[in-house]
Amino acid sequence: MIKSRYLKVLLVSMLSGTAYAESVFVTLEKDNALGIVEPVEGKLIKTVPIGVRPRGIALSPDNKVLYIATSDENTIKMFDAETFKELGKLPSGDDPETFALNPKGDRMYVSNEDDSMVTVIDIARKKAVKQIKVGVEPEGITVSPDNSWVISASETTNMVHWIDTKTNAIADNTLVDPRPRAVMFTADSQQLWVTSEMAGTLTIIDAKTKQITKNINFAVQGVTPEKIQPVGIVIDKDRKRGYVALGPANRVAVVNAQTFEVERYLLVGQRVWNLAFSPDQKRLYTTNGISNDLSIIDLDSQTVTKSIGVGTYPWGVAVKP
Amino acid sequence: MIRSMRVYFSMLVRIIIISQLVNVSWVYAKGNKQVVNIAYLTQQQKPPTILSNLDPFIDNKGEPGAELAIKDNDTTGQFTRQSFVLKKFVVPVEGSVVDIYTKSIAGKFDFVVLNLPAAQILEVADLPVAKQAMLFDVATSDDGLRNAQCRNQVVHILPSRAMRADALAQYMMKKRWKKWFLVVGTTPEDKLYADAIKRAAKRFGMELVAEKIWEHTYDARRTAQSDVAVFTQVDDYDVLVVADEQGQFGEYLDYRTWNPRPVIGTQGLVATAWHRTHEQWGAVQIQNRFKEAAGRWMEEQDYAAYLAVRAIGEAATRTKSNTLKDIKGYLLSESFALQGYKGVPLSFRSWDGQLRQPVLLAAPRSLVAVAPLEGFLHPKTELDTLGYDQPETLCKRSTE
Repeated sequence: MIKSRYLKVLLVSMLSGTAYAESVFVTLEKDNALGIVEPVEGKLIKTVPIGVRPRGIALSPDNKVLYIATSDENTIKMFDAETFKELGKLPSGDDPETFALNPKGDRMYVSNEDDSMVTVIDIARKKAVKQIKVGVEPEGITVSPDNSWVISASETTNMVHWIDTKTNAIADNTLVDPRPRAVMFTADSQQLWVTSEMAGTLTIIDAKTKQITKNINFAVQGVTPEKIQPVGIVIDKDRKRGYVALGPANRVAVVNAQTFEVERYLLVGQRVWNLAFSPDQKRLYTTNGISNDLSIIDLDSQTVTKSIGVGTYPWGVAVKP
Repeated sequence: MIRSMRVYFSMLVRIIIISQLVNVSWVYAKGNKQVVNIAYLTQQQKPPTILSNLDPFIDNKGEPGAELAIKDNDTTGQFTRQSFVLKKFVVPVEGSVVDIYTKSIAGKFDFVVLNLPAAQILEVADLPVAKQAMLFDVATSDDGLRNAQCRNQVVHILPSRAMRADALAQYMMKKRWKKWFLVVGTTPEDKLYADAIKRAAKRFGMELVAEKIWEHTYDARRTAQSDVAVFTQVDDYDVLVVADEQGQFGEYLDYRTWNPRPVIGTQGLVATAWHRTHEQWGAVQIQNRFKEAAGRWMEEQDYAAYLAVRAIGEAATRTKSNTLKDIKGYLLSESFALQGYKGVPLSFRSWDGQLRQPVLLAAPRSLVAVAPLEGFLHPKTELDTLGYDQPETLCKRSTE
């Protein structure tokens, strides 16, 4: 009996130990560094110099390679995700900010904001294989989980472009609200979610028809509409809830992904920009650009549990199990 | 043999005709786009007497802004099958703007960007042939044009003098610089700027402890040190507010006042629609794109012309139309939201046609603040804490 209880405790602690073994990587735009956070203790473990003005960040599907856009060096760097040793550079084009990997992890799509282009990179060959002309100031970019579509959102053209991954050509365009920022597919690739920073809205697009099915407005008591500038989006794998960072409104909106009602707003740090789930999707990490911290949201209780100072201008976030 | 040759020949002709037909239909498909024609009207300016050799005279302020916007509109247009054409009319110094408008623009263009002084904007707007057009004022800050002299078909892109003065006043209030010393130049524009400052002082409960007209020599490079020190011996004040729109003496005030006081207004800390120090909210991108295209920094008129042409583009895209009725209707509606690199959507005030926008407060090498400042509240939008609000307007604009 005592033994079994002991075992249980041991098991639980082992389980939670495993569950929490993740590392949270945060690009620090003004520190030219990567912050590495251990989320249980809520501690910044270390800060690694990474290159000038790091912004977009992603892990390879096998979690071994970390890709970071060092914007002012006009490249996307590859790092060993354990040792942070630089493995190579990718020809991203000028001033790379955001990029996306395909599910296999052998192709990368980069937004070139100043040139109105999307660059397609063959990662194994470290070569740009195609440049696709898109609208003015492309920013948000994502690949559908079924690898059919690359979506590029152009901020000044106010469109999302549907790029066919087979042809690397635009197959369709959907006009959205002013200044679209982030784009994200649901796990089943059926819906595309788009945030529009200027309009303060979230738009849901049907991936089959490319038509808008829903437009969601955010309203936070005591915050003027101008401050509500939605940016980063994540949607849980069961499509129960989506989470939207509201920028200078300093909140994350919790959106019911079935009814599209906004369930609540969670107060995080200042100018919350990008979001990432823990691997078990029990926690959400947010980068808060102005308050220089990372907030941790416990998703079961839907509460903000911690905020951890990480460095100057935290921008992107990626989580390694 | 001859017969077969003839058959061959006729076949050849047929092939040529067909290939031409195909060619024609291809051109047609390409030319099948909806075209939005925009005129840009300006007049060459005589270079003014220069105060110093620091800044070169720019003779095309506005034009590269309009051109960049046409390019942006066209990039969008390739996906919406719309095409945007800008036709520029640059009237020589001694030429007549009214003549050019009447001859070359009237009846041919529904959308006209005017980079002209206030008096000429009024002249053009009052032409009977200009009633059926939408005119975009990208040059003036004139409060008269936005009040008693407002015209139905004119919209104003740059912030008015009143908006600028209110923006400065909000900042001074925040800093508790409540006692102002106003220094005014001798041009009519300086007087208008000073009027706007006085209006703002009243609005925000500030005290104008002294007001003086600067009548000293304009080539003050040698004498400023002594002139300004003597000139600025007035009752104690917190801040010197200068009204010198042409920049004939304002630059000489800073560091030379009798008491050490900051200078703001048309020099020192300025209120402006655009500034090279502005980098937030994606502004870096347009600064870079503009510099690459124009080979210089973006000036206020460039920004205004960019916004005017982008506004037309945005309305054409949203309404899928190129008609005056649809585009004007959309531009003046509540749905219109223009992205102007200032963090909030821009729109037009229905009561006077003024573009609602944040105003930048900039020092020569740093952006100091963006008005409206935090804490200045408004029941509808904080942007309307700047300039003439609906209850104050003297503009009787029909809202057809």
